[in-house]
Amino acid sequence: MPRFWRLALLIAVLSSLAQLLLPWWVVVPVAFAVAAGWGATGGRAFLAGLLGVGLSWWLPALWLHTHGAARLADRLATLLPLGGSGWTLALVSGLVAGVVGGLAALSGAWVRQAARPRSPEGTSTL
Amino acid sequence: MLRFLPGTLVLLVTLTLTWALNTKLGDVPPVASLLSPYRGIWRNAEPEQAPQQTLQLPGLQQPVRVRFDDRRVPHIFAQNEHDLYYAQGYLTARDRLWQMEFMTRVAAGRISEVVGPKALEYDRFQRRMGLPYGAENSLRVMLRNDTTRLVLEAYSQGVNAYISRLSPAEYPFEYKLLDYAPEPWQPLKSALLLKLMAWDLSGRSDDVRLSNILRKYGPAVVRDLFPDYPNRTDAIVPPGTAPDFRPVPVPPTPPAFAAALAGGSWQRQPDPELGSNNFAVAGSRSASGLPLLANDPHLQLNLPSIWYQAQLHAPGVNVYGVTIPGAPTIIIGFNEDAAWGVTNVGGDVLDWYQLRFRDASQREYWHAGRWKPVRRVVERIPVRGQPDRLDTVLYTHHGPIVYDRNETVFNKQTPIRHALRWTAHDGGNEVLAFYRLNRTHSYPEYRQALRTYASPAQNFIFADRRNDITIQPNGRFPLKWPDQGKFILDGTDARHDWQGWIPMDQNPHVRNPARGFVSSANQPSAGLDYPYYLGWDYAPSDRGHRINERLAGMQRATPDSLRQLQNDNLGVNARLMLPWMLRVLAGSLPPDSAPHPTAPGAPEQAAQRVLAAWNYRYEAPAVAASIFELWYTDLVKRLWEDDFGPATGAEMRYPSRARTNQLLLQEAATSAWIDDRTTPRRETVHDLVAASLHFAVDSLTRKFGPLGPKWAWANQKSTDINHLANLAGFGRQDIDCGGSPGSVNATGPRNGPSWRMVVALGPQVKAYGIFPGGQSGNPASAYYDDMIDTWRVGQLDELVFLRAADENHPRLQVAWRLEAPHQ
Repeated sequence: MPRFWRLALLIAVLSSLAQLLLPWWVVVPVAFAVAAGWGATGGRAFLAGLLGVGLSWWLPALWLHTHGAARLADRLATLLPLGGSGWTLALVSGLVAGVVGGLAALSGAWVRQAARPRSPEGTSTL
Repeated sequence: MLRFLPGTLVLLVTLTLTWALNTKLGDVPPVASLLSPYRGIWRNAEPEQAPQQTLQLPGLQQPVRVRFDDRRVPHIFAQNEHDLYYAQGYLTARDRLWQMEFMTRVAAGRISEVVGPKALEYDRFQRRMGLPYGAENSLRVMLRNDTTRLVLEAYSQGVNAYISRLSPAEYPFEYKLLDYAPEPWQPLKSALLLKLMAWDLSGRSDDVRLSNILRKYGPAVVRDLFPDYPNRTDAIVPPGTAPDFRPVPVPPTPPAFAAALAGGSWQRQPDPELGSNNFAVAGSRSASGLPLLANDPHLQLNLPSIWYQAQLHAPGVNVYGVTIPGAPTIIIGFNEDAAWGVTNVGGDVLDWYQLRFRDASQREYWHAGRWKPVRRVVERIPVRGQPDRLDTVLYTHHGPIVYDRNETVFNKQTPIRHALRWTAHDGGNEVLAFYRLNRTHSYPEYRQALRTYASPAQNFIFADRRNDITIQPNGRFPLKWPDQGKFILDGTDARHDWQGWIPMDQNPHVRNPARGFVSSANQPSAGLDYPYYLGWDYAPSDRGHRINERLAGMQRATPDSLRQLQNDNLGVNARLMLPWMLRVLAGSLPPDSAPHPTAPGAPEQAAQRVLAAWNYRYEAPAVAASIFELWYTDLVKRLWEDDFGPATGAEMRYPSRARTNQLLLQEAATSAWIDDRTTPRRETVHDLVAASLHFAVDSLTRKFGPLGPKWAWANQKSTDINHLANLAGFGRQDIDCGGSPGSVNATGPRNGPSWRMVVALGPQVKAYGIFPGGQSGNPASAYYDDMIDTWRVGQLDELVFLRAADENHPRLQVAWRLEAPHQ
């Protein structure tokens, strides 16, 4: 599996586990730390953070949407307004968290790059 | 170090964004915590229920069995009363926690704590009106009684058992949206809910308006246009019912008091459309030979529904019906032997006293020949995001001075510097009355049960399988001299005080009348032969008249006969007025009335044809109903606005509909009120009738296009059931249904039959009911609004009434066992 996907998956797994116990914003330290430890370029770290944290929301949201939350999701999607579609609400939910995760991962990657000015190990393989 | 700048900047952006998404900003909820699938709204998903479950609930004394039917009505089987009300509290909270808690905040004036300073004036108003003060007074009375203390405390314990099981991820959706947490329940909250009902149902007052009319037009006009409910032929207790008591003396009427002109207006008033129907037919008129009873309270239609159904079974009680979430026992319902229901009594139980203060400090007021001290109560109002506000409320022996200085307030409220006397401030034990009604099997028990019921006064209808039918407008009514409180009262004169109460057993009542039925629809309580003054103004008798007309023709009635009567859409007012309005329009015209709006080919012509063919029924597709309602309403406005409207500069009101109709039908040719005094020419009744029809047709054309099916009454009326917090997407709009505020089926734009019930007494009682909503308050649940469509078409569910916990019934789906945790 390419390194990029492994990074995204790691962020997804760790942020999911952390959110079982802690509030949603725990994805910020998780994505930051994983990206900082991993040493990817900024762009890839951002994408991996977005995908990883996004997945940590998309998967459970979709599962709950199909297991009893659809009526409420559709109604909330009318209120927000998102056209009354709970699917859109699930997509948007994951994006909200994903953007935060992506930014946290980006800052992690850049802080690492600043701390070790030479090009990070393994960059070329990403 | 500059190389750390990009990373640090992005980190700062990330943290700021995180904070913003985690915080309620103004009305914007904390977006990310709201949408998180770990703690947010997704967690409010309602999975399929397991058919069997056991719950460990601390504090239960013995195991409780609960069975849920296919509408998710809990049927609770407890082995003692503590456990019964504990389970009722637990299960109600499970379905309606946010609603019951929010409504107590509405009552107590504690909304700012949740939504911030925008609700501050609302909160002040609730407190200054004395709702929490009244609730405290009632609570003291209820906790002094051993039975109601047990009921209220067990119920609280049950609610709290549910709250303490919840993690923030499991809080009802609205807590997440508004970003706050439930707080522990207390008996005071149940008392607050009852006071909120008292406000909705007895919080109206026209004293200021009538005083202003008296000042402007004098006593002769008041006697003529604002008489004491002249039409009593349809009174609840029929005229001629022999009193079975010796009346107590009524206080003498003091000399007339001319109140000073009161400024401002009483703007935040409960809706006058709130009303209800109930009726019962005797065995002589029913197919079974035993009584049938029906009730439908008309309240604001909201989701979650105002009512919650339950069956409560324990040694000594087996009762089914509805209650307000947050109030223990059953409020409207039936047991094996008897059924009862309520409608509101429009009696005058709220009066204003004009005060005289010793000086500007307002620390003493003059009463009964001496200065008396004003009691000062400091209200502390917590406001979200701001320091607490302190507000000092002044109390006299009458009650609170709702506003004590001229202030620009959000809810302009009058009369300023007057004291409020209101029955809802007095302590009563309504919970005990309902507790006893739940266990009532016969007429004497019913009469006994009503004795502790104080406010809001209700017409308690009752029927039992021994073939008793009866109705009693009941509550604590002040013993008044005639017309006491029709106008503002003199707060310095002790003769103007309320000087006692009508003895409870002398409240109007009628048992087994010869006509074979009893009924009420908020009309006057009794005929002129009743010895006490109860009030001068009641709801129009239209619904009551129609109910009595149909009941009088009913033979071999079945539950379906009563259901059909509940859904009767006939408009008595249209039947009375429309033929006359059409005749006036067709009558001869004064020569100067050009251009004439009813010229051939004008849209008014087509409208008249539609109206002439109308059967006066407010059915959903009826175009004529839309035209008539606008036409009549505008006609009344044209008649009275110049005399009693805002342009006169004083806050006044129009004469009642009955008096208005009498003037139009009998006095229009000669009455000076017909003329619009704001114009130089002298209008005739024909002018008013033609102009208002033109207005009606013009408005409908603008709204819907040319006359056609789009003018249907359902579109014009547009019945909406909104979420309690008015959240778009969480209610149901533009419901296709008939009815009108003046029909027996009193479905208006926002108010309507909030619970329809029909009970057939017999060896095996059978009952039917529906409300426009669902048992669950969770918008994710299929039971949030599953009853609306059945309600819309006027159908009822048969109610599942069990005799034992293990009885089989095809509509039972889920069984729970609640028990204390093993030690």
